[in-house]
Amino acid sequence: MSVPTNYYLLLSALLFLIGALGVLVRRNVLVILMSIEVMLNAVNLSLVALSAGRQVADGQALALLVMAVAAAEVAVGLALIVTIFRHQGTVDVDDIHLLKG
Amino acid sequence: MVDMFFFVVFGLAAVLAAIGVVAQRNVLYSGLLLVLNMLSLAALYILMGAQFLGVAQIIVYAGAVMVLFLFTVMLLGGRPGQASAARLRGQGALAAVLVALLGVDLALLVGGSLHLTGPGGATPGQVGSVEAVAQVLFERYLWAFEATGLLLLVAVVGVVYLVRGGPATARGKDRRGG
Repeated sequence: MSVPTNYYLLLSALLFLIGALGVLVRRNVLVILMSIEVMLNAVNLSLVALSAGRQVADGQALALLVMAVAAAEVAVGLALIVTIFRHQGTVDVDDIHLLKG
Repeated sequence: MVDMFFFVVFGLAAVLAAIGVVAQRNVLYSGLLLVLNMLSLAALYILMGAQFLGVAQIIVYAGAVMVLFLFTVMLLGGRPGQASAARLRGQGALAAVLVALLGVDLALLVGGSLHLTGPGGATPGQVGSVEAVAQVLFERYLWAFEATGLLLLVAVVGVVYLVRGGPATARGKDRRGG
């Protein structure tokens, strides 16, 4: 492996930051969910990079489990979004304030 | 040298696609750029010798998850949508400050204290093969694997219940409305 592990970790940190910025800035709940996916993928990248760098397969097994959990999260999140859209008619998180006192 | 070239190409593609996901106005384009991001990451996995995870990334993310996303975008009519009246003041500035703090933190962590040069004795590609991953997954992490299966089952049942909208309410309303 000729590319140092630290480069992968820096790339992963950069992707995570972009995802975090998306979650904080955007107000379309679909884009927020996509940004969360970007963050999850960034963490997966660092897991795989460390696993490959240290030649231990544990990190890749963990990344696989993270993938499965992310798939479940996306399914439930999108179902919630569809339900909210049916009731409220919007996907803008600022317009969804049923719990605001 | 060749590895470095591909790392730069796919890393750049991943970063630019992620920026596009966040910056793009049209939700549909955001979804399509997310596909590009995930495919670049799959290429990076394969570059690292994690072939199985690269293929799984393409099948699970670029396949299944993206179909869900795009289906939902189409269902909700992915129009850009007008800006909402109720807007949090100073959201952008606050977000920039918080992300900058997190960035400094991560840069210190990656650049400073971590020294992660591997043992380097093993041949690359050995650890990412299907056999190696399966050996770890089905021996040491067998229970976690089984729990993941249970989680997926629960998610499927929950999604079906959620979208159905309860036993009688949504259907009754539809019938009365129509």
